[in-house]
Amino acid sequence: MNSRNRITILLLQAAPYLLFLAILLVFGSLSDRFLSLANFTNIVIQAAPVAILAIGMTFVLLTAEIDLSVGAIMYLTGCILGLYLGGVPWPVGLAVVLIASALLGAVNGVLVAYLGITSFIATLGTLFIGRGIAMSVSNTASVYFPEAITSLNRAAVFGIPSAIVAVAVVFVIAWVLLQQTPFGRQVYAVGQDRDAATKAGLPARRIVFFCFVISGALAGMAGFVSSTQIGAITASYGLQAEFSAIAAAVLGGTSLFGGRGGVKGALFGALLIQTAANGLVIINANPYIYPLVTAGIIFIAVAVDGLRSRMLERLERRFIRPWEIA
Amino acid sequence: MHTTQRSSHPLLSVDGITKSFFGVRVLHGVSFELWPGEALGLVGENGSGKSTSMNILGGVHQPDGGRMSIAGLLYAPQSPREAGRAGIAFIHQELNLFPNLSIEENLFITDFPKRGGVPFIDRGWVRRRARELLAEVDLDLPPTRLVGNLAQGERQLVEIAKALHADAKVLILDEPTTSLTRREVERLFAIVNRLKSRGVGIIFISHALEDVMHVCERVTVLRDGAVVGTDLRERLSLPAIISMMVGRSIDAIFPERDTKPREEVALRVRNLTQRGVANDVSFDIRAGEVVGLSGLMGSGRSELARLIFGLDPMESGTIEVAGTRLMRPSPKASMAAGLAFLTEDRRNEGLLMDASIVDNIGLTFLKRFKAGPGLINGKALNTTAGELARMVHLSTDRVQDTLAKHLSGGNQQKVVIAKWLLRRPKVFILDEPTRGIDVGAKQEVYRIINRLVEEGGAVFLISSEIEEVMGLSDRILTINKGEITGSFERSRFDREAILAAAMAPVGPKREATA
Repeated sequence: MNSRNRITILLLQAAPYLLFLAILLVFGSLSDRFLSLANFTNIVIQAAPVAILAIGMTFVLLTAEIDLSVGAIMYLTGCILGLYLGGVPWPVGLAVVLIASALLGAVNGVLVAYLGITSFIATLGTLFIGRGIAMSVSNTASVYFPEAITSLNRAAVFGIPSAIVAVAVVFVIAWVLLQQTPFGRQVYAVGQDRDAATKAGLPARRIVFFCFVISGALAGMAGFVSSTQIGAITASYGLQAEFSAIAAAVLGGTSLFGGRGGVKGALFGALLIQTAANGLVIINANPYIYPLVTAGIIFIAVAVDGLRSRMLERLERRFIRPWEIA
Repeated sequence: MHTTQRSSHPLLSVDGITKSFFGVRVLHGVSFELWPGEALGLVGENGSGKSTSMNILGGVHQPDGGRMSIAGLLYAPQSPREAGRAGIAFIHQELNLFPNLSIEENLFITDFPKRGGVPFIDRGWVRRRARELLAEVDLDLPPTRLVGNLAQGERQLVEIAKALHADAKVLILDEPTTSLTRREVERLFAIVNRLKSRGVGIIFISHALEDVMHVCERVTVLRDGAVVGTDLRERLSLPAIISMMVGRSIDAIFPERDTKPREEVALRVRNLTQRGVANDVSFDIRAGEVVGLSGLMGSGRSELARLIFGLDPMESGTIEVAGTRLMRPSPKASMAAGLAFLTEDRRNEGLLMDASIVDNIGLTFLKRFKAGPGLINGKALNTTAGELARMVHLSTDRVQDTLAKHLSGGNQQKVVIAKWLLRRPKVFILDEPTRGIDVGAKQEVYRIINRLVEEGGAVFLISSEIEEVMGLSDRILTINKGEITGSFERSRFDREAILAAAMAPVGPKREATA
């Protein structure tokens, strides 16, 4: 590989980071409020729910599956929290939300891992079922959260806002789980090659099942964090949240075909998308162009990834007369 | 030579194993023994029962009858896991590794050691143990290297290291040398010999009979689901093994050809050069001639074929097919001019596994069967496909409803050949046309080649089996490092001279092959 190719590949590899830098420079030059600590704290807080969703989605994507039901799980567990757990202390509420969402994830896990239903279809089904139940228990009316929940939004641990603490805790646990435990490494193995993993004696079904449980539980967590931020939810709550989560994960380098990526990327992807959205708000851009900008970012990231893979493939071709290649 | 240690019990004894699938009996009482410290070659044509026997040994299938024992104790594994625990390690032809994980992670993926009571991987222990295991298989690589960055031979050694970690007493190697370079094969043999001296028993399954004879003390031949014979290597010869495998004596593996090459040149290559790949390559192939290309692994054989066919770009030189110069070489232009190219990778480049034989033969050349604007003359397509299937002696004539994936390797290869024959090529480049197919199917491929040249076609034959090149070619070219290093007429064919020419040093001195 000559030096020009090496630089090209490094550039392509760094493309998402360069994109991030570009966003900072563009909005920084358009508004002097953009590049401030207060604004960045704000960005992280706003990005928290999608970041948590994307971290959960990463587990599922790593096994080469997909979870379309996370938005519905957010909505359904949000209804449970607002309608039935108004009087309980928030830790109890959070625990119930996590258990309920993990159970909903377990339903996905059974459908996909044990009954062999394609995850796209299985989780599309649970999406509609989940939203249907939530709409019927709430009569599609707004569900309000008690002060005990919404006050958490203003709470802080050692001066760090609660949403950021939540993201940090989820991220650290997820990272350790994926990188430092047998389960995590086996997730990568199963995602790379399900047959080979089974042949090697790995409990592939159980691993896929637990990834859906994790994705479900983190959807509940994301919903909880977002409940503290908005105070009330309506029937449109969580709509298309699955796509933001998938976009963030893919933007951060997680492959839709399994086996490649990680939770660092998911966090980065969520922050990148939120930074762009925040910048657009600050410069008072037309709200209708927000989705277009997000889409543009995703397309650039995916196109660059494809370009890089193809270039690496071409460069890996063996040369018979290596001394002729500088 | 290695001496076999005879203990009172064989390491493994397989006695009268029978097995039927869907009422069809595929094993009729297979029996053999494996002693500690020996390598037993297991050979047979595709479908002779090797895979089924090994799958039963590896716990994938359970036998209908017969018994197996390990060191005198009854052995009846219900799953691959149980087989592994009993000390049987099965290294499949398609390696069971995860390219996205590191070497050490691959070694311990099923049983990561945990630190104390906590569920975290003990990375320090993993690193140390991985180094030990890699040293045992002579693999000098950091354990953190991604398996995706390893060469095929290195990956195989990782699999063997994995078997060593599981403390395997019996190591089953399925076609271990097929995708290795010669140097990697040497290294594999050295490791096999080391394992033998430690008392591990090896079952070596291979179509590469030379390799079997080289590394195995005894050879067992299977045919039609039964053992035809087992004997010491010293008492066997290649022709004897082959005739046991096919059940009839083959006086000539390579069928005779009646015709001589004609005068007109079918393919003319002049001064073909591409930096890093080929240097000043010139040669002719006449109509009705088979020219063999012989070279070691990594000599640039396949790369030269790809250049000629236009798959890779070339810097300078000319290519003429039947007197017409290809102005801008590309696969499309080559095919239009009458070139055909059977690549060495039929699974990835040649066949649609889920499509029927007809579709595989006809799909790339549908315009020959036009029945009107946008319409296909299905009847003509089926008839032609049927004719081609008969011409290449396909095992089935149900060309419309047999899917490619249901054919044996040899028959799949014949379908790919038939697909190209549909275009009536003037020059057919065949890259490893018989790799991975059994002796019977090989012979049929040889007959097809003969028929092609008898009808005036020209064949450029690339093969790593020097016997094959010598048996079929009218002329042999040798290649090393992308340069033609020798040319031999049939009357001057001599194995050693050809090999010497294939190893002749080229390029700058420091790069010369030893």
